[in-house]
Amino acid sequence: MELLRIATAGSVDDGKSTLIGRLLYDSKSVYDDDLAAIERASNLRGDDYVDLALLTDGLRAEREQGITIDVAYRYFATPRRKFIVADTPGHVQHTRNMVTGCSTADLVLILVDARHGITEQTRRHASIASLLHIGHMVICVNKMDLVGYEERRYDEIRAEFEGFASLLEIADVTFIPVSALHGDNVVERSSEMPWYEGASLLHHLEKVHVAGDRDLEDLRLPVQWVVRPRSAEWNDFRGYAGTLAAGILAPGDEVTVLPGGLMTRVVAIDSADGPIKEAFPPMSVIVRLADDLDIARGDMICGGGTNPTVSQEISAMVCWMDRSPLRAGTRLHVKHTSRWTRGIVDRIEYRLDVNSLGRVPGVAGLDLNDIGRVDLRVAAPLFFDEYRRNRATGSLILVDEATNRTVGAGMILGVAA
Amino acid sequence: MNYRLTHLQVLESEAIHVIREVVAECERPALLFSGGKDSEVLLHLAAKACWPQTIPFPIVHVDTGHNFDEVLAFRDRRVAQLGVRLIVASVQESIDRGEIAEDPTPGASRNRLQTHSLLRAIAANRFDAVFGGGRRDEEKARAKERVFSVRDEFGQWDPRAQRPELWNLYNTRHRPGEHFRVFPLSNWTELDVWQYVGREHLELPSIYFAHEREVFRRDGMLLAVGPYSGPRDDASDERPFVATVRYRTVGDMTCTAAVESGATTVEEVIAETAVTRISERGATRADDRFSVAAMEDRKREGYF
Repeated sequence: MELLRIATAGSVDDGKSTLIGRLLYDSKSVYDDDLAAIERASNLRGDDYVDLALLTDGLRAEREQGITIDVAYRYFATPRRKFIVADTPGHVQHTRNMVTGCSTADLVLILVDARHGITEQTRRHASIASLLHIGHMVICVNKMDLVGYEERRYDEIRAEFEGFASLLEIADVTFIPVSALHGDNVVERSSEMPWYEGASLLHHLEKVHVAGDRDLEDLRLPVQWVVRPRSAEWNDFRGYAGTLAAGILAPGDEVTVLPGGLMTRVVAIDSADGPIKEAFPPMSVIVRLADDLDIARGDMICGGGTNPTVSQEISAMVCWMDRSPLRAGTRLHVKHTSRWTRGIVDRIEYRLDVNSLGRVPGVAGLDLNDIGRVDLRVAAPLFFDEYRRNRATGSLILVDEATNRTVGAGMILGVAA
Repeated sequence: MNYRLTHLQVLESEAIHVIREVVAECERPALLFSGGKDSEVLLHLAAKACWPQTIPFPIVHVDTGHNFDEVLAFRDRRVAQLGVRLIVASVQESIDRGEIAEDPTPGASRNRLQTHSLLRAIAANRFDAVFGGGRRDEEKARAKERVFSVRDEFGQWDPRAQRPELWNLYNTRHRPGEHFRVFPLSNWTELDVWQYVGREHLELPSIYFAHEREVFRRDGMLLAVGPYSGPRDDASDERPFVATVRYRTVGDMTCTAAVESGATTVEEVIAETAVTRISERGATRADDRFSVAAMEDRKREGYF
């Protein structure tokens, strides 16, 4: 069974939590006692129907305020796939939650209220998904019941979004008209919308092809941990543990080790379950090499068609996640693959207007939930690929030197000009 | 070859990555081990992540004193097999030292008291990262938990001040006195755990499989008859009877309930788990029935 990671986004009242609740409920992933608990809670609040949103809104403050505060992870499975849903809140101030949820997603699900059509929030969510380079997008036009299940309204919304989507870098955009409240086109095709000939949402999620999204050409293995057992049995063992970020690796392969740039050969790929003939992402393995090189955590074993770029001057699209703004001169800890270094912000080239994808130059800084292009200088060279080519070797996090909080998410564009 | 992994292979690889990240970056890790299925899966993954070394950090058992004998025997067997160091954080000793007081209600659970003994062990050993077997599918408050979750000096969890967690880039920086709770099984479900137990042929305490046991009914749940759990002398409706049961979770005897089941093998348990209509905690944990926010409140105080 394959795993599909989904991020969801929508405005506060688009019915996103209801849709997820519906997917869980109709795929029989909600337990009776959970359902009974939300039935009681719904009755107490005087709702006319059971509010499936209560299935996902777990924190006390969320239930009290009727909003979703933080990314919530939900799980369900069908006989074909296991799904992980990162449910992200839709408010303006929670761009950082959406970025977080999207960072690991294969597919993003965006809800649009059929009565209101494409809003600023829809555009923002789609832009963020595009920046995070999610390969697949599903636009659920929800609340079709409130527009009489009209095909014309659905077509209008679709045409409007397609105009905007031409600016985005998303390979696969699918539209589905649904009513989360009544379950139309969520699990089963709806009889209310015979004009819609596509798959139901769940059926689409089960069959969408994501395995091809990975880079199997270039080899990238960030060294996570040097394995040197201090035992008689394994005295001569020296292995390099890590999670394959890209490429296919086999014993006998010629590889380059960065930062030294020395070439060597893979002797064996090991795991607790025995030797591995071929390793590929996202397998966690231990590699043994022919030559006794000086290799440490943070180094990278590379091969395949191209080597990563090596530089201390990095240009990245940064989503800022802290209350105190990012400015030129801000010093930070930087984590990229398994490597920590220090960095300083050289300049902020522009802020991105995520509603239009337009550039706003000449800004003094990036505030909480802003996204912008930033030039960083780092203390030790990073070995990276462009983020859109490889998420694992093209992403970095920025950490505040004083508080240790994660304050920024960076998607590498290349070497700073 | 299509270069695809199954969901269990992906979950395993992700957990190994998380464990190695801690081993590489944290100074004094430890692993919480209850003897339950989740902590056994966690221990097994730790052994895989550290292979061919033995696990280079201790395991911690928070002992309420209200244990199932089968679980204690299992714990000691696993410690011997893996050659790991065991630290027991005893709730009874905390009570004896007068640090915490027992709830005087007959049959009261020591579940909430565990937090004190755990935090004491963390402080005494200066652990900076503590692995737990918590899963996000268990409970709604857990659904919002990070894989690397920062706790302040008082062990407290502040759900509104959590660090964003992006890609697989875990932020392991913390100040002295703070520590991380690390949850490598965050993305696993109860069914995933059982499927993995089956795939890896893991041994579990025998109480996870159907057996005859003297039980009584309290608040609709089946509790084992025992010196700590009851039945209460004054409760006429808590009549003991023998039933064929198994446990879905393993914790303190006083608040962990059994479910009626004839499943004697992992395969039979998987089949039951796939079609069950009651959640793991709802069926078996009296501690989560206090209120809808019971888990959130305990977590804020430093519970695992």
